[in-house]
This record gives sequence, C-alpha cells and structure tokens, in this order.
Amino acid sequence: MDKFSLILHYFLSPRFVWGAALTLWITLVSLFFGILVGLLIALLQESRRRSLHALAIAYLWLFRGTPALFQIIFVFNVLPQFGITLSNFSSGVVALALNEGAYMAEIIRSGLQAVGRGQRTAARALGMQEWQVMRYVVLPQALRIIVPPTGNQFIGMLKLSALVSTVAVEDLLLVANQAASANFRYLEALSAAGIYYLMFTTLFMLVQARIEDWASGNRRRRARRTTLVERLLGATGGPGRVR
Amino acid sequence: MSASEPILRLRGINKLFGQLHVLKDVSLEVERGRTVVVIGPSGSGKSTLLRCANLLESVHSGAIEFDGREITHLGREAFKARREIGMVFQNFELFAHLTALENIMLAPLRVQGMTTDEAAVEARALLNKVRMPEKADFYPDELSGGQQQRVAIARALAMKPKMMLYDEPTSALDPEMIKEVLDVIQELAREGMTGIVVTHEMAFARRVADRVVFMEEGEIRDNAPAADFFGGTSSARAKRFLNQILRH
Repeated sequence: MDKFSLILHYFLSPRFVWGAALTLWITLVSLFFGILVGLLIALLQESRRRSLHALAIAYLWLFRGTPALFQIIFVFNVLPQFGITLSNFSSGVVALALNEGAYMAEIIRSGLQAVGRGQRTAARALGMQEWQVMRYVVLPQALRIIVPPTGNQFIGMLKLSALVSTVAVEDLLLVANQAASANFRYLEALSAAGIYYLMFTTLFMLVQARIEDWASGNRRRRARRTTLVERLLGATGGPGRVR
Repeated sequence: MSASEPILRLRGINKLFGQLHVLKDVSLEVERGRTVVVIGPSGSGKSTLLRCANLLESVHSGAIEFDGREITHLGREAFKARREIGMVFQNFELFAHLTALENIMLAPLRVQGMTTDEAAVEARALLNKVRMPEKADFYPDELSGGQQQRVAIARALAMKPKMMLYDEPTSALDPEMIKEVLDVIQELAREGMTGIVVTHEMAFARRVADRVVFMEEGEIRDNAPAADFFGGTSSARAKRFLNQILRH
C-alpha cells in the first residue's frame, strides 16, 4: 500500500476510530471533573477559614508543582498500595481531573473576583437571597470571564490526554504506536493519529469562537475577532479574555 | 396613621469594625414622607449608618425598627426587610451584564415573582419617571454616570420601597450630571417618598431636606429641622463644616 492509502486505511480503521473516540471521551470526562474540582478549590481559596484556605494552597502547590505525567503514574502505581485500585482508564482520568482542577481553580477564582463586591451589595439591597445574588448577578458575569479560558483548557486537555497511553489506556496515541510497531510504518500511523488531533483541535477552536462571541455579550460590541491562526498559535489577547 | 409617625427608628446603634468604633450610640428617627439629609466629614460614619439601616451591616448593639417592626436581629431573614428599603450607591452598581430595562426588571422578576410582561411595563414607566425612556436597551457601560444613577434609582423604585437610602448619589458624577440626578431625588421627595440622603450638595440639602443630621466621628452632633439648621442654630462645629464646604 502506498503512503496515502495506508494513512487513510489507518484513519478509518475501527481501532483508530475507537482510539480517537476514547481520547475525546477522556478529555471530556477529565475536564468535567476538573471543573468541579476547580470550583471546589476556588471556593476553598475564597473561604475565610484559614485551614480551608491552606488546604487549597497545598492542593495547588502539589498539583501545579509536579508533572501531569508523574501524577498519572503515581495514581496508577502508588494508590493500589493504599488499597485504592483503579482501572487504567480511571487512573488516567482521576489524575488528569485532579491536575486540571488546580488550573481551573485559578480561572474560576479570577472570574468570581472580577465581579465587584458592590454588585453583590446592590443585589442584596434589592432583597435578593444569597443564592439569588449568586445565580442572577455574580455567575452570569463570572461565566463570561470563565468560559473563554476554559475553552483553551479543553484544547490543552485533548493534548494532555495522550499521557494516559503510558498506563496502557488504548487512546489514539497508543493505538497509533501499536499499529506502527507492528510494521514500522510510523509515518503513516502517526499521521493518521495527527489528523484526528488536528481535526479535534480545529473543530473546537471554531466552536470556541462562537462561545466567545456569546461571552463578550449579545451586545453592540466592536471587539476585534481573534483569527483562527492566532488561536492555533495561542496568541489570544483579544475578546473573551478578561474584559 | 399620622404623617409624623416615624417609619424608621434607630436606637442607640453601636458599630465597630475591629477596634474602630464607627457608630457611637446613634439614635435617629425618620418620619414617614420626610427627607433627612445626613452631612459630615468623610469617615464620620454616614455611609455605615445607611448600611446598618437596611441590615447590610450588622450592629453590635442598639435596635432598628422599620415600619413598626423590630428588624435588628433578622439574621438570615434580613433580605425580607431589604425588599422594602431601596438603596442607591455612590458608584451606581448597575448590573453590568443587563440592559437598563433588565436591571430594573430583575428584582421584580426574581424576588417578587412578577411576569416578564408586567415587569417590563413597570420598568418602562420607571424609566419615563427618571426621564430616560429612550435608553431602555442600553448597557450600563454605554450610559453616562448621571444616566446610570437615574437607572439605579429606577431599579430601587421597582421594588416599591417604603423608604429610599441614597449613599452619596452624586459624589462620583461630573458636575454637569449632578443636577439631573438631584432633580429626580427631589421629585420623589415631593411625591412623598421617605428618604435619607447622604450628600455634600448643600444647595440641594437646603431645597429637599426636612431635617438635617450632622455627623462627626461616629456620632450625631446635630439633628435639626432644615430651616433651623441652615438658619443658624446649628452647632459651632457644624457651622465650621458648612463654611468649609461652601467656600470650597
């Protein structure tokens, strides 16, 4: 088979399709739980109780101070010694989610902080209860700040997810690696995987652009649009970032 | 009920921020339909007094009575009392993600459970009242300071409060916008809205005040009918303060 037919063959083969689907699934699940963890840590950080605040700082220190790859291998190999045995897939997702939480916490916190104290006071003065203040005044404003960088986290997570191949989760990268090592056609196998990665990241960048339009408000804003190239290169200083 | 019956009664309020004694044994009565103007140097506790009156700040001792009910220790139920007391802030604090109309509609919709249609009709009427019907669909950052403050007044009025608290409503405004805001406040006062206004605008105080309260170092030093206060019966310290402001 010539190079292009082999790439196409790999690209459409059930193993690659499955690997790509698993990569996407790992990304989504890890990000979802990562956001929940991040929300928890952000609230702990905002807490007036010193012990809770310290707990959050310790968490950030641990998970931002060690490599994600280290965390995955740690969860997979060390936790069983303490009686916590997770499947390969779960180990990967748990580690990625815990890692992501450390970064989401910062994003969520800056979003909540960007909504001035006076806005909450004004909402209270109107007779809103605390949950209403959060729901109708703080969150809608914070979300516009939180959502765009979360899109970047999605793309980052898609790429980070390849690390789970080290604990034998059959994600896109491992599938490609296995296919190649059977016949040493690395170029073709990795190209097929690369196309999937680029497809996902490009698709999501397009989705992200729509989300940022929403986030900058359904308003007459004359904000400069970030071009796709800028997005690819990560040079997003335009709309959607903290306003 | 008689017009002279107090709607708000503060009795012996003490408030501390840490070691700082911000309100010292403050007592004040505001009669229904009257306007009380509070003046005094910055840091004298004027704003804190307002924030204690609608329970945005807790008090260390003393009692707050509003509309015949003791509300001092409502705790988590404080939001119920705040629904009857409107408040306007120095920095407007319009909700940045909502248009002028939506700002006014938010509390009637979410707090009073009005329908969107009802709330919109009332909000438009209020925008008319503050003389800016054409700005309904503008966002706060597209409005001037004076316009934002008038929307903020409309937003507070939307809850149909029994009393309004104005915390330095014109201090953050450019001079040419002060009048449009003060005119709205004066008109409300004339219509019989009870109000407490913290302000440095003495000409406005003369026009609108029924009583003037002079505060200094967390204490009420003067509390007199406006005519008397400006007519010269105020304390020596208040006179000096007035002179400083007027010469300024």
